[in-house]
Amino acid sequence: MADRKIRVLIAKPGLDGHDRGAKVIARALRDAGMEVIYTGLRQTPEMIAEAAVQENVDVIGMSILSGAHLVLVPKVIDTVRKTGLTDVGFFVGGIIPEEDVAVLKAAGVNAVYGPGTSTVTVIEDVKSFAHIA
Amino acid sequence: MKSSDLLSAADKLALSRLISEVENETSAGKTALDGCFPRSGKAHLIGVTGAPGTGKSSLVNRLAQLIRREGKQTVAIVAIDPSSPFTGGAILGDRVRMRDLSGDPGVFIRSMASRGELGGLARTTAGVVQLMDAAGYDLILIETVGAGQSEVDIARLAHTTIVVESPGMGDDIQAIKAGILEIADILVVNKADRPGIENTERALRANLELGYSHRVNGKAGHGEFKEENTIVNSEEWVPPVIKTIATEETGFPELINAIASHRDYLQKTGLLAHRERERLMDEFDHLLRHTLVQNWKAQVSTENISRVMDAVYSRKRSPASAVEELTRPAK
Repeated sequence: MADRKIRVLIAKPGLDGHDRGAKVIARALRDAGMEVIYTGLRQTPEMIAEAAVQENVDVIGMSILSGAHLVLVPKVIDTVRKTGLTDVGFFVGGIIPEEDVAVLKAAGVNAVYGPGTSTVTVIEDVKSFAHIA
Repeated sequence: MKSSDLLSAADKLALSRLISEVENETSAGKTALDGCFPRSGKAHLIGVTGAPGTGKSSLVNRLAQLIRREGKQTVAIVAIDPSSPFTGGAILGDRVRMRDLSGDPGVFIRSMASRGELGGLARTTAGVVQLMDAAGYDLILIETVGAGQSEVDIARLAHTTIVVESPGMGDDIQAIKAGILEIADILVVNKADRPGIENTERALRANLELGYSHRVNGKAGHGEFKEENTIVNSEEWVPPVIKTIATEETGFPELINAIASHRDYLQKTGLLAHRERERLMDEFDHLLRHTLVQNWKAQVSTENISRVMDAVYSRKRSPASAVEELTRPAK
C-alpha cells in the first residue's frame, strides 16, 4: 500500500489579487511532501467547495488580504460542510486583525496566520489538522 | 452493498472518496475497482499530452466547455502534475486554467500527482479513469504531466491521443524524432496566434508526410502537401493537424469533429476493441510487475538486500548478479 498523502487545497477567496502568500504556503507544503491543489485567484465559496469535493482534500487553506475574511471564511466553511465534506481542517492566512481571530475560530477555522508566521509552524499544524480528518 | 455500487456521476463526493482509495492503493480501492469493472468500458478516453507550457490545461478547459455547451455528454477530467522526486510533494495547478468549468454538474475534475511514475501518468491513473467511466461519464479527458519526448504511456490508456505543440518548440528534426509525435491521433498546434505558427505547422505536416506519404493526399509527391486533413483512399488514420487558440474558441469545432471522427474510425475498423484489449493487457502487465515486486520485497529480508548491495557498492559484484542472487528461489 502506498503511503497516504495529505491533500491540501490552497484557495484565494474574494477579490484581492495578491497571491504571493498563497504561493509561499503552497510551496512550503509541497516541500513537506504534501499534494497541494492550487486553484488560483478570485474563487467564490461555491468554487472552493466544488474543488474540495472533487479533490477530496484533507485541509483547506484560504489566503485573504482584502479585509473580507469575516464574510468570506464562514461562507466557505458553511458551503464546504453542506457538500457533506465535514471532516476537513481549515486555516486562514493574510492580514487578519487580532480581534477577528476568535470570530474565525468560532466559525470553524483551526488556525489563523499573519505575516511573519514560520512555514514550519504551518506545516506542523496542517499535518495535525489532516489527522483530524 | 459494496462501495462501488454507490458510484454515480451525481454523487461526486462518493466518487471522489473512492478515487482517493484507489489512488492510495487501499484494499477498499481494490474492492471498488473489482466491483465497478464490469460497468466500465463505455466512456471515450481522450489523452492530452505535450510539453510543459504548450497549453494543455487551457485546451482541456476549452474542449470540455464546448462539449458541455452542446449538452449531450458529461465530461470527467484527470489532470496529472509531477510529484517531487525528493519530497514526494506536488503542486497540482491545472484547475487554475479550468475555472470556466466550475459550477457545471456535468463536469468532474480531479488532479493527480504522478507519485514517482515517469511515463506521464500516475500508476493509479487507469484505475481512477475506470471509476469515472463506471460512474457514467461519457468523455474522460486525461491530461498528462508536461511531457518531454518519451512519456508515451497515455497512448496505451487513451482511445484517442491528442498531442499539443505550440510555436517555437523545435525544428523539423524534433518533428521526425521517435516518441511523442508518433503517438498522436490528433496533432494540435495551440497558441496559433503566436509568431512561428507556420513553421511549426509545416514541420508537423512534413513529418506526417514522411510517415504517411502514400496516404496523405493520395500521392507521394516529392515536397508536395496540401493543407487539408483528409484520409484519402485509405483504411489508415492520418493524424489531422489542427490549429487552436485555447484562450478563444478558434479551432475547437474542428478539434471536436476530429475527436468524433477518430472515434468513428476506431469503431468502424474494429480498432476500438483492439486498442481496448491492448490497454487491458497493458494494465494487467503493469499490475503484474508491481505485484510481483511487492510480493518479492515482502519475502526478502532487508538485511539480505543490504548484504548483497554492500558487495555491489564495493564493486565486488554487479547489480545484475545481485538481482540474480536475490531472486533465486529459496531451497
